[in-house]
Amino acid sequence: MWARTVRLGLRARLGGCRGFTFKVDPQGTGQVTAELIEHLERLALVDFGGREAVARLEKAIAFADRLRGVDTDGVEPMESVLEDRCLYLRSDNVTEGNCAEELLQNSHRVVEEYFVAPPGNISLAKLNEQEPPPRG
Amino acid sequence: MPAVVVDLFSLLSPSPCGGRPNTKTMLGRTLREVSAGLKQGQITPTELCQKCLSMIKKTKFLNAYITVTEEEALKQAEESEKRYAKGQPLGDLDGIPVAIKDNFSTSAIETTCGSNMLKGYVPPYNATVVQKLFDQGALLMGKTNLDEFAMGSGSTDGVFGPVKNPWSYSKQYREKRKQKPHGENEDSDWLITGGSSGGSAAAVSAFTCFAALGSDTGGSTRNPAAQCGLVGVKPSYGLVSRHGLIPLVNSMDVPGILTRCVDDAAVVLGVLAGHDPKDSTTIQDPVKPFLLPSLTDVSKLCIGIPKEYLVPELSSEVQSLWTKAADLFESRGAKVIEVSLPHTSYSIVCYHVLCTSEVASNMARFDGLEYGHRCDIDVSTEAMYAATRREGFNDVVRGRILSGNFFLLKENYETYFIKAQKVRRLIANDFVNVFNSGVDVLLTPTTLSEAVPYLEFIKEDNRTRSAQDDIFTQAVNMAGPTGDSQIRSPNQSHRMPCSSSAFPASPSQQPPIRAPLKPSLFSHCKAFPLLCLLLSLCQMQVIAVDSLATANSINSLCFSSFG
Repeated sequence: MWARTVRLGLRARLGGCRGFTFKVDPQGTGQVTAELIEHLERLALVDFGGREAVARLEKAIAFADRLRGVDTDGVEPMESVLEDRCLYLRSDNVTEGNCAEELLQNSHRVVEEYFVAPPGNISLAKLNEQEPPPRG
Repeated sequence: MPAVVVDLFSLLSPSPCGGRPNTKTMLGRTLREVSAGLKQGQITPTELCQKCLSMIKKTKFLNAYITVTEEEALKQAEESEKRYAKGQPLGDLDGIPVAIKDNFSTSAIETTCGSNMLKGYVPPYNATVVQKLFDQGALLMGKTNLDEFAMGSGSTDGVFGPVKNPWSYSKQYREKRKQKPHGENEDSDWLITGGSSGGSAAAVSAFTCFAALGSDTGGSTRNPAAQCGLVGVKPSYGLVSRHGLIPLVNSMDVPGILTRCVDDAAVVLGVLAGHDPKDSTTIQDPVKPFLLPSLTDVSKLCIGIPKEYLVPELSSEVQSLWTKAADLFESRGAKVIEVSLPHTSYSIVCYHVLCTSEVASNMARFDGLEYGHRCDIDVSTEAMYAATRREGFNDVVRGRILSGNFFLLKENYETYFIKAQKVRRLIANDFVNVFNSGVDVLLTPTTLSEAVPYLEFIKEDNRTRSAQDDIFTQAVNMAGPTGDSQIRSPNQSHRMPCSSSAFPASPSQQPPIRAPLKPSLFSHCKAFPLLCLLLSLCQMQVIAVDSLATANSINSLCFSSFG
């Protein structure tokens, strides 16, 4: 599963749904495998876009690995600097709202009061495997 | 065009906390002075607004603004004028032109975050800090340029292009450039503003407004403040509301303030600070407006110099200024001691992991459905999201999202994310220990060197630059305290603002040793009196503790002031 062809044409706006894969250097560091790339692209729904981006990720990981040198035995993780305070909860009263029309204006595709999305439950990976996917 | 800016600097550069008593140089005055001028009728809000708008047009080549809100500003000026006519101004900010970074939501005004993803996005509400400024009568000049989604340390990576440092056009810098052989294009070695609030910094530094809002996650307000010769304040986390600030890292973001003098920053902070029911991470303690004292007695102050901040990459110029600043305080009777923040070398790494992880989460909201850019693909939701995000985000943003997702993978969560959170506690504890040992403020540089030319800056990628440039500033974001970067006086060799913050002086002036401030009191922070002295210091960062601090959370004002 090392090499996949670069489907440059697919990057074009109109046909771009087919895949975000590119040729992985078989002599890579090994930490960022093609599998990992695919997994991250699927999770993030953002594609790497090229070899450079993979190299950047490798550098970022190498940078982050420096943390291993710190002794954190017995140290609790810190989520917020305000952890010793209680989060403010306002009273459960309706003070604003009724602005559906205003909010719908920012969307590109709206039908009545609904945001319109393409069909769900079709994972990206399945699309990559198919040849020209049928129009939904 | 650059010639206009050169004239500008010599005519308008304010002396510290004073301006020339000439209405022609109204733009060069401090906020309080202009406010007094407005009250006395020396100038009207509309005239002031027109002056700033005209300056914006003259300095368009800096690319500081994404949107200039001329109509709105004039309308606001008209209303302000009516209030002054009745003798009922709303406060010190009434009629004062301000600029706002384009990652703050402004109702009915496009808010882009410097990204294709939000081009054309018009928020239906004002961010709390924006509303507070409007409630005080401030005039909105426009939305300023930034790195895309505030990710970067140069203001070079937004879709609207890079921001140019106004100091690139100062007489001294141009003279220096003439000495070196330059390329065919006269303007090719312009300097960056620093980032990511570079547009805000350039806007204030070029006299197009009196104050600007930035945001500070890892130094994004203090860094450009340092490089543009301004005062940049990162308030303590929880002091100022983040509602309406398009989030990058929820646990570290704060709105930042950029002004030309410390007193102005105090005025703006007084307006913005306070609990907001719409942001439950704001502290509920009451915050009263404050005044800085006019006399500066630092004999009871203890200033800490963290030894780990003396890194090999620090330029000799900034290092000597750091020493000079410390000596200055000592000569005035302050106790200056060396302190240790042992985990400093890990803090940038920790910041990198936590930042990318939170970014991965925060950027997930941009899917093209409810707002923002949407691509044409209709095959499936995931395909549409993926293509939209590919088209909407640049490499930097995508890179951080992917890194963040890597660190958050099940198999990596413990090793990277949780580990970074533990290291964060160690870093925060470093600060607690130092402040508990009798130190009142920490004095550090803000950046490694002065503003660099754009062509040099872009030789390294965004991630590398951020890792280099955020080195002094991000620790404070992780620990919570406030930081102030003060502009510094022009350095000796080429009269450019250096990285710590200092009060802007005209390039030809020597910095004054003591700058009297208009009465303004930070009643809850005893470190503030030394702000007066800081005005003369070069690009130093001051980290202080205020009375809101508890044993575990340090709330300090980080002043990046330029000397």
